[in-house]
Amino acid sequence: MPKITVNNKEVEFEEGMTVLQACELAGAEIPRFCYHERLSIAGNCRMCLVEMEKSAKPIASCAMPAADGMKIKTNTPFVDKARKGVMEFLLANHPLDCPVCDQGGECDLQDQSLFYGFDNSRYKENKRQVKEKYMGPLIKTQMTRCIHCTRCIRFATEVAGIPELGAIGRGEDTEITTYLEKSMESELSANVIDLCPVGALTSKPYAFEARPWDLKKTETIDVMDAIGSNIRVDTYGWEVKRVLPRVNEDINEEWISDKTRYACDGLLKQRIDSPYIREQGRLQKASWDEALKLLISKLKIYKPEEIAGIVGDLADLEMIYSFKSFFNKSLGSTNLECREDKIYINPKERMNYIFNSSIKGIEESDFILLVGTNPRLEATILNARIRKAYLKNKTKIYSICNPGDLTYPYESLGSSTHVIKEIESGQHEIFKKIKKSKKPIVIIGESALQGNSGAYVFETLKSFLLNNNFIRKDWKALNILSQNASKVGAIDLGFYSISNKNNFIFFDKLANDDFKFIYLLGADNINFEKKDKFIVYQGSHGDKGAEIADIILPGAAYTEKNGLFINLEGKLQNAYKASYPPGDAREDWIILKDIANMIKKPLGYNNVNKLRELIKKEIELEKNVDFDHTSQMNFVEKNISINPVDYYYTNVIARSSKVMNECKQLSKKLLFTGIEKAV
Amino acid sequence: MLKDEDRIFKNLYNDLGWEIDSAIKRGDWFQTKDIISKGKDFIIKEIKNSELRGRGGAGFPTGLKLSFAPKEVGSRPHYLVINADESEPGTCKDRDILRFEPQKLIEGCLITSYAISAHTCYIYIRGEYFREGQRLQKAIDEAYEKNFLGKNACGSGWDLDIYLHYGAGAYICGEETALLESLEGNKGLPRLKPPFPALVGLYGCPTIVNNVETVAVIPTILKKGAKWFSSLGKPKNTGTKIFCISGNVNNPCNVEEEMGIPLKDLIEKHAGGVVGGWNNLQAVIPGGSSMPLLPKKLCDTITMDFDSLVKAKSGLGTAGVIVINKDQDIIKCMARIARFYKHESCGQCTPCREGCGWMWRILERMANGDATYKEIDLLQDVTKQIEGHTICAFGEGSAWPVQGLIRHFRKEIEKRCHEEPLVKKKANIPYLIDQHLLEKDSA
Repeated sequence: MPKITVNNKEVEFEEGMTVLQACELAGAEIPRFCYHERLSIAGNCRMCLVEMEKSAKPIASCAMPAADGMKIKTNTPFVDKARKGVMEFLLANHPLDCPVCDQGGECDLQDQSLFYGFDNSRYKENKRQVKEKYMGPLIKTQMTRCIHCTRCIRFATEVAGIPELGAIGRGEDTEITTYLEKSMESELSANVIDLCPVGALTSKPYAFEARPWDLKKTETIDVMDAIGSNIRVDTYGWEVKRVLPRVNEDINEEWISDKTRYACDGLLKQRIDSPYIREQGRLQKASWDEALKLLISKLKIYKPEEIAGIVGDLADLEMIYSFKSFFNKSLGSTNLECREDKIYINPKERMNYIFNSSIKGIEESDFILLVGTNPRLEATILNARIRKAYLKNKTKIYSICNPGDLTYPYESLGSSTHVIKEIESGQHEIFKKIKKSKKPIVIIGESALQGNSGAYVFETLKSFLLNNNFIRKDWKALNILSQNASKVGAIDLGFYSISNKNNFIFFDKLANDDFKFIYLLGADNINFEKKDKFIVYQGSHGDKGAEIADIILPGAAYTEKNGLFINLEGKLQNAYKASYPPGDAREDWIILKDIANMIKKPLGYNNVNKLRELIKKEIELEKNVDFDHTSQMNFVEKNISINPVDYYYTNVIARSSKVMNECKQLSKKLLFTGIEKAV
Repeated sequence: MLKDEDRIFKNLYNDLGWEIDSAIKRGDWFQTKDIISKGKDFIIKEIKNSELRGRGGAGFPTGLKLSFAPKEVGSRPHYLVINADESEPGTCKDRDILRFEPQKLIEGCLITSYAISAHTCYIYIRGEYFREGQRLQKAIDEAYEKNFLGKNACGSGWDLDIYLHYGAGAYICGEETALLESLEGNKGLPRLKPPFPALVGLYGCPTIVNNVETVAVIPTILKKGAKWFSSLGKPKNTGTKIFCISGNVNNPCNVEEEMGIPLKDLIEKHAGGVVGGWNNLQAVIPGGSSMPLLPKKLCDTITMDFDSLVKAKSGLGTAGVIVINKDQDIIKCMARIARFYKHESCGQCTPCREGCGWMWRILERMANGDATYKEIDLLQDVTKQIEGHTICAFGEGSAWPVQGLIRHFRKEIEKRCHEEPLVKKKANIPYLIDQHLLEKDSA
């Protein structure tokens, strides 16, 4: 390995590293503003200047490729003078309004001026004023503070794939703007707030809410989609003030979607804080005792076959498992379902319902086929990975169905199931390309699995991939893109009703009014007619489910309890409690446990450790996979259509959020103006 | 004085006609085929031997630059780009070449393109040179008609196409990497180096960027021989050079002269002397606005070549000699130049973006007599903080003239500056005392 000498210390570095990275290996910290590991190199802030032997000028370490035998010094007066000079220039036109700046306390400029700043200002001229720019409901701008590092521009063009941000003017008058001053049309737009090293771009909903040192920080995971992005939840007392991303190379790198970040104000609104009972058509506040007594008396009326349970999209494994054991053990019912959207599943093997090639694996792939999915809206972070793969490897991307703008080019193959038939039989032109590829990825969306063609689409593609040896130990090309945080976990725990012949037995019974008593555990997205059914809703927000319920039991939201989640790749992750449930609300599995105890049919566990032990036994994360299983399906002709995703309104928390509502209204407006987002 | 037969640009004043026929009469396109048939190595070696240095400002040895292009053409084509974005204040030499000697440039393009294995040559001309661009386009068309360009150009077996591209009038696009960005259709922001354009240039392909004058003299060098060229001028500063003399002279002109000619000769003999006589001379900017000025004392003896001007802490630059006599306010002149650089800074990197405006504002106040003594050192410090810390050489270009001013005219500035206001003289103002009260006390 080549070697570099940093401050007389010799270190080995990998080929292709920059001087800055090599210096960091040697333990020499280099200040920087414009440099960011995940963005292209701009080299324009000039803060990272270091001294290189045989060079009269200091060099920008972020842009200089490290070479064998280089001698770098980072702590000489020469370097110090250069950096202090740059810092003075940066501060010259910076307003220094830290006391009223939201970035205060987590500002790179503030931190570094501690080391390289002067105690007084020599700049006596008038400071530059820049008009603030409108960038939508999420990003608050204060462009006078901008130091022109262009991180936001590079993020927008490279990662988000929307070249909507740019710099206009030149010299002193350079301004960062969205040109037309419209909101950024990206689901990743708010990441520029984290990237901005100063307070030029700050969070609009969080403006003047809190100071970072006052907040309690909890590292947890996100449930807005099935990705399971790693996040940090900042709370002030009970209130969740903001959500920030955490680095996880395997999942979200360090980006999160706007929904993940800003749906958190929905945690404060529309909350169910006490039990309710419907009396004469109106919901009345009740005590836990009253509500549970009524619930138990009702449970005694109905036969086990008449009782059904549906689990919602934000449920953690504890909820799902205790709900299942509550139904099986305490009520003796097996009418359970987690698929609110009625998709075909084949739970015989674990690989049939997870994203097998993993999010990180997308980068290695050389061929991607999307089947009835719009990853941009269904799994924003995953879409960013596909874009990254496209930029890195020029990966060829094809799509059955036309999902609209995905931020990278793809070829649409039409939406008929005929295409799948042709691919399988080798008549389609894609057949050869997929055959030639080494690591193809087929991503099947939930839209493709719906309806009567779902089984055909899935089983045909699977057997096609199996027959061509694309499902093997080291690479599984078959991928299902789940949309809900709870889905993979629920299937893992067997929370579905499937008979050998009928995948949708639960839904048929529901339609036939076989169920008289329905227990909705945070399930708001399922459509059925109420008629004379008795409905219990247990959940955190007053939404569609609570509207039709006869009894409402207040539960906890995802930031208010410790919980296990399995993301779409099948990765088990721990969510931690950042806040506590409001009012009389309680953690969901405890409610279920109590009901079971009250009807004298206990679940068999009283603490969360025991429960988690049982869950882990049940899911057996390393299930053996039997590759040979295929079943021949009859061809079903149908045009697959991608279900419109109401991106800002997919779950109860987002629907309760004011910010998400604003975003939704805005994207609607854009629809009218013709700058359409493909929905 | 340069002898007439040693003059390269015989039609610098358009006495003989710019059209291709008169150019051929003057010796252009003569034996071009033979030169090319001698091979790439010969051409590059000959240019190296001639010790030709780039005429664009930096004075980089041209032969060396050409040899940086990869020997073999790989998967990516090579490009030759001619920098005709002549925007340096005080410089107008390329303009006359484009107008009156275009065939020299075009012939040079063919030979140089062949030497670096390029089949495509772009000429990036500044947008303000619209007429000159039209003239050049006509000249290129004429060359095509005579089959000097295109397939099998000039019968040499080498294919070459020349495209003319107009800039939009930004000074920074004269910087080679910014020029490439602009040529690609992007905003003209200089690129980070390394990688250098010789390896990763236009569209990511190996590219050689050369000034108009450099390329235009190459055919003559090859025809007359490297020995002839290196016999002119001084060692390592060989050949002839077009000097552009402007400012307070009786007869501003472009003139081709030997390198190393004394500045006094240049001004007295060619430009008709300083307005008001040699003793009325205040300072001379020897190489375009970005070079530090020289006071009269140095002007008496200085010779115009790269090395001796560097020794005098200035530079030959583009050889745009700007003469400033004693009727001018030298601080105001420099403030004007600083304003130009403030206006033309691309704004990409911090020191230049923030520093140029700062320098201009201080200088403007100095010129008006609103500055304090302390600010002279502050200004010096600011220039030092810009110089060498930027992506491209614009930082130096904007800082050097100001440094030159402080170096040679400090007394002049001090005369206009005054003491700090009283209140600021109290160095140890406790932070907690109300500053307004203090001002009242000292009023």
